[in-house]
Amino acid sequence: MKYDVIVVGGGHAGCEASLAAAKMNKKTLLITSNIMNIADMPCNPSIGGSAKGIVVREIDALGGVMGKIADKSQIQMKMLNDKKGPAVKALRAQVDKKIYPEEMLKELKNTDNLEIMESFVSELVVDMNKIVGVKTLDGQELKAKSVILTTGTYMDSSILIGDKREASGPHGEKTINDLSKSLKKHNFELIRLKTGTPPRIDKNTVDFSQTREEPGSKDKKYTFSFKGRPTYKYDDQMSCHLIYTNSTTHEIINKNINKSSMYGGLNDIEGVGPRYCPSIEDKIVRFADKDKHQLFLEPESRYYDDIYIQGLSTSFPKEIQEQIVKTLPGLSNAKILKYAYAIEYDALKPTQLHQSLETKMIENLFTAGQINGTSGYEEAACQGLLAGINASLKIDKKKPFILKRNEAYIGVLIDDLITKGVQDPYRLLTSRAEFRLILRHDNADLRLSKYAEKYGLIEEEEYKKFQQKERNIQKLENKLKENKLKPSEEVNAELLKIGSSIIKDGITFFNLLKRPEITISFIKKFINIDDNEEVIEQVVINSKYEGYINKAYREAEKMIRLENKKIPKNIDYNKIQNLASEARQKLNEVRPTSIGQAIRISGVNPSDVSILMVYLKKGGLDE
Amino acid sequence: MDDTIVGISTTMGVGAISIVRLSGKEAIKIASKIYKGSNLKKVKSHTIKYGHIYSGDEIIDEVLVSIMKTPNTYTKEDIVEINCHGGITTTNKVLELCLTNGARLAEPGEFTKRAFLNGRIDLTQAEGVMNLINSKTEQSRKMSINQLGGSTSDQIKKLRQYLIEIIAQIEVNIDYPEYEDIEVLENEHLKPKLSKIKKTLSKIIKDSEQGKIIKEGIDTVIVGRPNVGKSSILNMLIDEEKAIVTDVAGTTRDIVEGQINLDGILINLIDTAGIRKTKNIVEKIGVDKSMQLLFKNDLVLYVVNNNEDITDEDIEILNKLNDRNYIIIINKNDLEQKLNIEKLKKYKNIVHMNTITNEGLEELKNIIKKMYNLETFDSKDMTYVTNAKSLSLLKKSLKEIHKIEEGIEKEIPIDLLEIDLKQIWSNLGEITGETLHDELIDQLFNQFCLGK
Repeated sequence: MKYDVIVVGGGHAGCEASLAAAKMNKKTLLITSNIMNIADMPCNPSIGGSAKGIVVREIDALGGVMGKIADKSQIQMKMLNDKKGPAVKALRAQVDKKIYPEEMLKELKNTDNLEIMESFVSELVVDMNKIVGVKTLDGQELKAKSVILTTGTYMDSSILIGDKREASGPHGEKTINDLSKSLKKHNFELIRLKTGTPPRIDKNTVDFSQTREEPGSKDKKYTFSFKGRPTYKYDDQMSCHLIYTNSTTHEIINKNINKSSMYGGLNDIEGVGPRYCPSIEDKIVRFADKDKHQLFLEPESRYYDDIYIQGLSTSFPKEIQEQIVKTLPGLSNAKILKYAYAIEYDALKPTQLHQSLETKMIENLFTAGQINGTSGYEEAACQGLLAGINASLKIDKKKPFILKRNEAYIGVLIDDLITKGVQDPYRLLTSRAEFRLILRHDNADLRLSKYAEKYGLIEEEEYKKFQQKERNIQKLENKLKENKLKPSEEVNAELLKIGSSIIKDGITFFNLLKRPEITISFIKKFINIDDNEEVIEQVVINSKYEGYINKAYREAEKMIRLENKKIPKNIDYNKIQNLASEARQKLNEVRPTSIGQAIRISGVNPSDVSILMVYLKKGGLDE
Repeated sequence: MDDTIVGISTTMGVGAISIVRLSGKEAIKIASKIYKGSNLKKVKSHTIKYGHIYSGDEIIDEVLVSIMKTPNTYTKEDIVEINCHGGITTTNKVLELCLTNGARLAEPGEFTKRAFLNGRIDLTQAEGVMNLINSKTEQSRKMSINQLGGSTSDQIKKLRQYLIEIIAQIEVNIDYPEYEDIEVLENEHLKPKLSKIKKTLSKIIKDSEQGKIIKEGIDTVIVGRPNVGKSSILNMLIDEEKAIVTDVAGTTRDIVEGQINLDGILINLIDTAGIRKTKNIVEKIGVDKSMQLLFKNDLVLYVVNNNEDITDEDIEILNKLNDRNYIIIINKNDLEQKLNIEKLKKYKNIVHMNTITNEGLEELKNIIKKMYNLETFDSKDMTYVTNAKSLSLLKKSLKEIHKIEEGIEKEIPIDLLEIDLKQIWSNLGEITGETLHDELIDQLFNQFCLGK
């Protein structure tokens, strides 16, 4: 049996990877250790959030499924940063941990060209530095033109609670260490990372009267997907609840600090934990002056009673976890259903990857998700999607699909990974993007639908609808730019009424809209606009923030010019005289494909880049 | 390679003429913005034009400008060379004007690099170019370390730290919108922070300009009607410090007659159009152009004769000097007072002098010291930025602050204003030589307690 693409791992990266490959007409096999764990959410019960929510929309625009499935399984939708500028708005859903995997499994099963198999992959089968298949633990050899590893935290993982270390995947699933060995055998450099998860408690044992309710957004029916229309009811949404730690909590933590795995409970920890997701003991040690820390109680499902305590990730022994939980408001009688734990696992040093997520060492082998040093469902899913697309393109002998930093957060993420590597698990943040005013939540479809169409990942009907939207935006913008509001007593009276200043000469509606107090409904009094909200939103943003947006585009152009200066694959950095030795070493490690990428490598200075450019030009003359 | 670069292509402080060289698509456009004379956009390639460099309405230097159009130039791009005559200070100012008008400061060896990349220099020279870049980088690195005195560098670093704390807070509000224990920074909160930054920036700029004075001296011109004793004052000042009188080449027209050292501060005495030679300066002053020559200099010593009354011409000139640094010297104090002192009541900085007894010399020095805050200025502690690039980055940053303040008025959301804040932060980083994007991420996690 020979497949085009084998995907190893059925998490968020694996699902998107196999769906993309199958939709691109590749005979695809998804191998998972446990079919019940497809698209499992072993940590927080939410999808999206700042920056990540924008990634989910990008995945949707590119033809991935995370957005659509989150929409189907949501139990609460919230628009974050609603009061801030357009660049930083982001959607977050609390999703039902039971429904999300079910819906994903349905999606996988309903996709042509896609098979699912329960098994453990233990070895890569490589011939002449090319992947040709995988071997499973039970001795099968499966052949494929391309393999995508999306093993998450399952490679040589161990769970840490207090002074106990146990070889195990997330919540007791089996871990695989043979694959780590196989990768090392093929000269991959592995790093050790660590992450953690908080305890879950029984919602029937919580006194919610001592907490503050945090409902979702109720002004609109938000969805991740540009295509789907919302079907949920506002009052059907579930709430989260806010509580704080207190001095008693901190006392217990301080008293028992050396019982935490990370603070002496275990002394053989190598894994580096994520900075953005510190354990509660980390927070209390590092920020000793803070007298309280915020915690959110988040429901995991409509169908079972677990409540996830966001902010209380820890590696204390079980009995200390019990003591800590009991100090929290409303939780004095709380019953812990699952204990918190930290997990250590193997990941690949991501500088060993090409921009397409293909490994540099082994051709046609791709990796995506936590194995590449990231953290988060969204970060994993978008890499999976790109790896799936690129594995398929490679088989078709086509150019890889690479998103630039000014095109998508996905582009920022992958470029960061392969250019800078990771020290701790990588999370997307808005501050990682240089051009976030271009990379907005509201325009992900405008940025990326063309690629979905190019790779056959969007239905024709949907694409036509999108093109119509594009045209409508242009039409409305032109209309507002071509038509002027002329001064008159009546017009000026209306302006004064809303606290705006009067006009003496005609002003285009587009320019009038730039005034902070002028809304589209005000403009509608003077000019007929019958477009839908989505179209109007784009034109309003283009008017109100025109200066900033144009500046961002100019900056982006500068960057693109440098991206377009390519560095040949076979360049020998040892031959370039005058390069600083640190730069030489970093350039050899990362092997950037363009001058633009070379500049972003830490340790490579402008003078090194100049020398590199001169050397390249010289090479050009040599030929 | 698509932007326009500028650099001083002669060695600073060596030779009477310094050349500021622009290369790139916008070279002619940028030069036109600061030059008055011929229309540079229309002149033929490889010609030289006479004219003046202006900063707003103020003449900076009298120059010759060479225009060389692509492709027959050193870099194969449009090149404009501005031949400056005014010494270090004016050359730096011309450079700064080019920078603020859209040029970028050339990296070490960049003209040669462009010449090479554009195919002007052949293969055999390539290695040489790389060596050049290497050595010049090292050179300029050393230089910039020396240029940045410890305390300015500290001040800028502190300012950057202050900025990044604000930026990190804005970022954290975006990335962790539900963290209630972190104060949400609104436009209103930004205002006092901005004025604090503005204050610090303005101070560094002011100190730097003052620093330049310390390093390069105060250009001082002595003017007055005929026979008021300008020459004797000039001679008295020079006699005072005979040991260091030197002839320094200035502009073609203005000759630095001598430099005197005032408690460590150089005073460049400039003989505008030659007091010694022409004696009829006041007739010239009636002409606007000559008047502008007065404004070019840092300090004007206006001399009147105690033995004659003030004329309307005197009053007219003094009124024009109103917002400049000037000192009125009432000379010939030993002679009978015919001057009506009432007429000078509304002017400040008046010194009575007698060039024979040196009366008033100390007072003159004290006024100058006070005027330039030289008493509070510790010349050993060089708290200033001397190079034009750094100064232009500081001034650009100040402009950004004004832009943010405008944005606040227009109710622009804070996450957009932050883009300009980041620009300032990166400008300052360029001065101190640290612009690492990852600093921000580090700051985020060090400053705030975040996480799930």
